[in-house]
Amino acid sequence: MRRSTKFAAALTAGILSLALTACGGSSDDNGSAKESTGSSGAKSDIKVGLAYDIGGRGDQSFNDMAAAGLDKAKSEFGVKASESEATPDEAESAKEDRLIQLADGGYNPVIAIGFAYSEAVGKVAKQFPDTNFAIVDDTANTDANVTNLVFAEEQGSFLVGAAAALKSKTGDIGFVGGVNVPLINKFEAGYDAGAKAVNPNIKIESAYLTQPPDFTGFNDPGKGKTAAEGQFDGGADVVYHAAGGSGLGVFQAAKAAKGLAIGVDSDQYLTAAPDLQPSILTSMIKHVDVAVYNFIKSFKDGDPLTGTVTFDLKSGGVDYSTSGGQVDDIKSKLDDFKKQIIDGTITVPTTVK
Amino acid sequence: MTFDPRKAGLTLAAPLLAIVFAVLVTSIVLAAAGDPVGTVWQTIFTQPRPRNVVNIINAASVLYLSALAAAVGFRMNLFNIGVDGQYRIAAFAAAYVAGEAWMPGKLNVLFSILVAVVVGALWAGIAGLLKVTRGVSEVISTIMLNSIATALVAYFLRQVAEKGSNNIHTTTIPASSQLAGFKLVGDAPNAIYTLSVLAVLAGIFYWLLLNRTVFGFNLRATGMSESAAVASGVSVKKMVVVSMLISGGVAGLIGMPLLFGDAYNYGLTFQTGLGFAGIAVALLGRNHPVGIALAALLFAFLNEQSNSLQLKAGVSNDIVNIMQGVIVLSVVIAYEVVRRYNNAAEQRRVAAQLAASRQAEEVPA
Repeated sequence: MRRSTKFAAALTAGILSLALTACGGSSDDNGSAKESTGSSGAKSDIKVGLAYDIGGRGDQSFNDMAAAGLDKAKSEFGVKASESEATPDEAESAKEDRLIQLADGGYNPVIAIGFAYSEAVGKVAKQFPDTNFAIVDDTANTDANVTNLVFAEEQGSFLVGAAAALKSKTGDIGFVGGVNVPLINKFEAGYDAGAKAVNPNIKIESAYLTQPPDFTGFNDPGKGKTAAEGQFDGGADVVYHAAGGSGLGVFQAAKAAKGLAIGVDSDQYLTAAPDLQPSILTSMIKHVDVAVYNFIKSFKDGDPLTGTVTFDLKSGGVDYSTSGGQVDDIKSKLDDFKKQIIDGTITVPTTVK
Repeated sequence: MTFDPRKAGLTLAAPLLAIVFAVLVTSIVLAAAGDPVGTVWQTIFTQPRPRNVVNIINAASVLYLSALAAAVGFRMNLFNIGVDGQYRIAAFAAAYVAGEAWMPGKLNVLFSILVAVVVGALWAGIAGLLKVTRGVSEVISTIMLNSIATALVAYFLRQVAEKGSNNIHTTTIPASSQLAGFKLVGDAPNAIYTLSVLAVLAGIFYWLLLNRTVFGFNLRATGMSESAAVASGVSVKKMVVVSMLISGGVAGLIGMPLLFGDAYNYGLTFQTGLGFAGIAVALLGRNHPVGIALAALLFAFLNEQSNSLQLKAGVSNDIVNIMQGVIVLSVVIAYEVVRRYNNAAEQRRVAAQLAASRQAEEVPA
């Protein structure tokens, strides 16, 4: 009995500390969670429902890119929006319920961010045939009212892989993936192919921070730092991360090892602390913001995007960034690769060999 | 054990007071963060819609199984923290077997459930064996087994999953083995999981096992005083292994209602964290089959109702974690206070009786 009391105290303290950190992270965006309208004069009757993956607005990564696209649509078209985010360990029914609440509340279109909503979107879209749904990063649904917004992450990763190989002095580079899932494997596959296109003998170290269903690898800078430190210690001098919020640790490790890091999703040079900026070579930009914005725009224009829309190098949906000027000297080579991918001379693999 | 109305009253008062206390603490947290306290409670304590009622019952049945798995161990001071890993590895194995459909229709369901129970029991059994042979604390070994289960399932999932989607999963179980569920709640579009009956059956099994079998007596005896149990001839080593096997077997059932009633496969989005939630529910339910049921319903209710907090009140639904944490903590403290109070009262009563009898002896002399 005594032992169980102590144990309960420890458990509860754990739950409490988890809950408190979770609240601390999201308390500043409570205002935005409520229905809000853009500040500009534009007015619209369109009400957009947005369901984020775990982390939500403020994650400095994937979800924030989606939020940026929504904010742009709000200020330009004056659309209203309601946002809600997934919580860790929630039931599948909670995801469905989130989408149902939005669709039921008259929100149209409803946009789900992340493949975790794959099943939920499929079920809810059938219940609300008059509502337009979009899902980012998933192609499983073929219903007429579901638009799949996907990215050619391997193409952008190819370019930063080439950049890594061109900049590496040791002939040894690294990759840090957040969670070992097919989506992140695509980043690695492109990166490997790009690096090998420059230097067929390059050594590439690869690490994943967590295995599914443990998705903490996307939000744990400590794990990112440890993994990147290991790669820098092992001789790598450029490390690419596709690990969301854990990327901060990769940047810190790069700074400590006097190596270079490559960012992901957004142009991370622009959001990094000034002392980390010199360590960021480039970033593989995945324009989730453009996808969300384009989808809302197409809906506003009365001709919503349908089926599967792929955002690739050609459409500017993925790209590499040049902020900081560290890739200026190799830009012509990278753009040459870019051209070859666009015109089909190079086909980038999507799975790691 | 005789029925004591005062004691029963205290037993019920503790959790109710805990909820009130938790509401107070949560309100203070909300107010401190400048959030709309009233709207939050209005959202949480609003009457759930039929759809949500079904979700609550479904979630509670799964939580109940998870809590029972933990409670079996708790009753003999055995802390199976590995329920989480046990249910995930069992659900994966069952999903794979069900997807392969070696048996037709409903037989496939029964066979898969059997596989889940065996896999869950064996995975927990490793911790039991380590404890009795090498003296490894089950708390440590089960936590480590959780991580190993995660890695193993992730590896095998990649091997067997159909390629193409970002959301990889095992082969979807054939339609003949999918269970439609019970449409018991009014006009709700969703159904109560057919296999939520497993929760009821497991609850009855748990009660019978503990209260009507020699094994259950030995288990409780070991939990109350190991040395006394050993002295009366109980083989504690055997008890540890068998309890872990039972605990793991029940853990294997956790994923079954979800698998056959909703997900139909095991993929990246199969619900996680149920094992840990179950520990809290078992503590709140005082390891009693009815108490656990009430606790599971309460937790499921809070989880479901908090889902609309972001849309209706603009507050993160993580706030409900604070409430659940405070409830568990205050219930445990309340019971401990009551226990000490009862002990002290008992001591005073015995002391008074002793004094009275001594006086009675002294009078004739």
